[in-house]
Amino acid sequence: MRRSVYLDYNATAPVRPEVIEAVTSALKQTGNPSSIHGFGRAARRLVEDARAEIAALVASKPARVVFTSGGTEANNLALKGSGRSRILVSSIEHPSVLQVHENAVQIPVDERGNIKLSALEELLTEDGDKTLVSVMMANNETGVLQPIEQIVKIAHAKGALVHCDAVQAAGKVAINCEELAIDFTTISSHKLGGPQGIGAMILGKGLEIISQQLGGGQERRRRGGTENVSGIVGFGVAARLSLEGLADMQKKSQARDDMEQKLLAAAPRARVFGADAARVPNTTTITMPGVPSDTQLMVLDLEGYAVSSGSACSSGKVQASHVLKAMGADDKAAGEAIRISTGWNSSLEDLDLFTDAWIALFQRKGERPEGV
Amino acid sequence: MQNNKANRSIKPIYLDYQATTPTDPRVVNAMLPFFSESFGNPHSVDHAYGWEAEEVVDQARQQIADVIGADPREIIFTSGATESNNLAIKGLAHFLRDNPKGPPRNRVITTTIEHKCVLESVNRLEREDFDVIKLPVDAMGLVDMEALSEVVTEETALVSIMAVNNEIGVIQNLSRIGEICKAAGAKFHTDAAQAVGKIPLDVNKMQIDLMSISGHKIYGPKGIGALYVRRRPRIRLEPLIDGGGQERGFRSGTLATPLCVGLGAAAQYANEEMFDEYDRLSSLSRRFQEGLKAGMQGVSFNGDPEQRIPGNLNVTFEGVFGAELMKSIPGLALSMGSACTSADLDPSYVLKALGLNENQALSSLRIGLGRFTKEHEIDQAIDLLITAVEKLRSTPHGL
Repeated sequence: MRRSVYLDYNATAPVRPEVIEAVTSALKQTGNPSSIHGFGRAARRLVEDARAEIAALVASKPARVVFTSGGTEANNLALKGSGRSRILVSSIEHPSVLQVHENAVQIPVDERGNIKLSALEELLTEDGDKTLVSVMMANNETGVLQPIEQIVKIAHAKGALVHCDAVQAAGKVAINCEELAIDFTTISSHKLGGPQGIGAMILGKGLEIISQQLGGGQERRRRGGTENVSGIVGFGVAARLSLEGLADMQKKSQARDDMEQKLLAAAPRARVFGADAARVPNTTTITMPGVPSDTQLMVLDLEGYAVSSGSACSSGKVQASHVLKAMGADDKAAGEAIRISTGWNSSLEDLDLFTDAWIALFQRKGERPEGV
Repeated sequence: MQNNKANRSIKPIYLDYQATTPTDPRVVNAMLPFFSESFGNPHSVDHAYGWEAEEVVDQARQQIADVIGADPREIIFTSGATESNNLAIKGLAHFLRDNPKGPPRNRVITTTIEHKCVLESVNRLEREDFDVIKLPVDAMGLVDMEALSEVVTEETALVSIMAVNNEIGVIQNLSRIGEICKAAGAKFHTDAAQAVGKIPLDVNKMQIDLMSISGHKIYGPKGIGALYVRRRPRIRLEPLIDGGGQERGFRSGTLATPLCVGLGAAAQYANEEMFDEYDRLSSLSRRFQEGLKAGMQGVSFNGDPEQRIPGNLNVTFEGVFGAELMKSIPGLALSMGSACTSADLDPSYVLKALGLNENQALSSLRIGLGRFTKEHEIDQAIDLLITAVEKLRSTPHGL
């Protein structure tokens, strides 16, 4: 049988069995949560129970959780609905942040992939009270974690609000929205092993949002539209299991680091992006010198390994990653990088097998310094 | 055994099919494999997981297109009809405003009986200085075509008129509206959430440019809908959600493969069974009306008796508060109108638009029948309603 090793959790995670069970049972239950009869009230209960699980994952309050159709919509909602006219975004944000405002000003990152706090401070010398700063918690391509606590402090000191796309951080590191005092936080279900098509934006204490999807007044008038009950239920279960699994997730960094060491030992000139920065425990982006990422992906796919060349949404377009370029990679390096990302159902063996396959490919096709 | 049966609480009869429909078990079964074996991100082009997901999403697109005579490339997946309506109305108006071609088109026309999400979208445009006209309807709930032709001018950007009303089930004359729009060069959007799979729709024959579709109103899952966007001549919209550029740039965000598959399957079943189901529901609806009329005085039915879907009845019970009537029959799941506004105690704006006074509107209930409604449930509902109405009318503190 063809081997099948899934290492593309940052694109989407396999849905957890407990989630499938909960979603299936929710799908079999009739009722619009806004209806006042018993069917409606039962659906409402499912939605509100899940809301509490999601609040718990990010240490917030249920009343601050706004369900959306996913991370992209939540990012759009925060960026369009914050009431702020001046938008600062880091240069390595996901397209669902970068594409929202044509006139957004970019905050640069250093070679490690961390935003330059001095640049942020400079950009905030004026009009802080008209500004929204959007910086992701963990990057989808490199897994590099941003110093959100400091970013929030700097921004708030100047009267700016902060949006944080925590889609790739949730379930991988502990998040405390309350302590971090983030004003708008985005999370997504399908990156946690929940269903696709559901996400949330979490409001900071006392904050409101200007509704973008207008309709029947759902979500405390913050987002119209009948609630995706089965999706919300699945999201809730995934959030609970992710919170319970945080310690296990932390342990994945050891396996990841071991793999990186083996790959670098075989290919000393390979570059692991963000290796010197704090990262989520599941992500590696590494170049294979001399082998274009397309070739790597094709060969690896044939051998049964699902990895990617970066963000899934933009992987259809043939262009070097804006994230890696922002970290100083030239076109060649960016064009030779692939992303390996693990998750709740990954085993040590998955990474071992992949490590062997990667090294074998490098030894066949890679560009090796003389004498090696 | 007997005892167990007697002790089990009887499940109420669901008669609120316009609020939401049960997900058809066949639809659930179609969706399930895509939560487990085939969980890929349809936008991952780097591996087989993603390819397979993309293939089934495109198949769903085809199934939806088939129901309305469209091309699959004209189907954009959204999170539901509310998003579709927002995207169609605000997206079109904003695109035309920002990319003016020829004389300015600043007028947006709709009706007073649209769903809240259409009215709120149009209200937002009005605050942005669009020239908004909300046409009234007649006592039957129909838009007057003469009145419509008068206001659809060369300055009209968009006409948004629902195919079937969610409270009174009345079907508008879509073909005629399409003709009027075409003649003036205005674009025609229809909220068909309550119509798809229930009555025949053809975007080309009816000259519809944009059509909103909902999953959970047609026995599919919640959290998924679609917007039909005409390709020839090409309709352009300003997206509401920016990002990875999915759905041909109209709507960014990872597609939910199981939900797309669910909507596709739901559309296909609705389409295949439309005519049989139409006949079955028509006869149930007749039975319901006759049963109520035979059992009580002072009962009337709102909305055009002919131009309507058979799965909806909107009934005024003279002298009885609808809210009290509902409360007194816990065995029936009914509603006062749109589920979104269930918590409000205001009388339905749709019924008021038909000319009902406040008391009449407050004395009305929406009864929604559908795929899983059985004849014996109708008979039971008739009995329960007759008894409850009689009781409420005999208590002194009625209306």
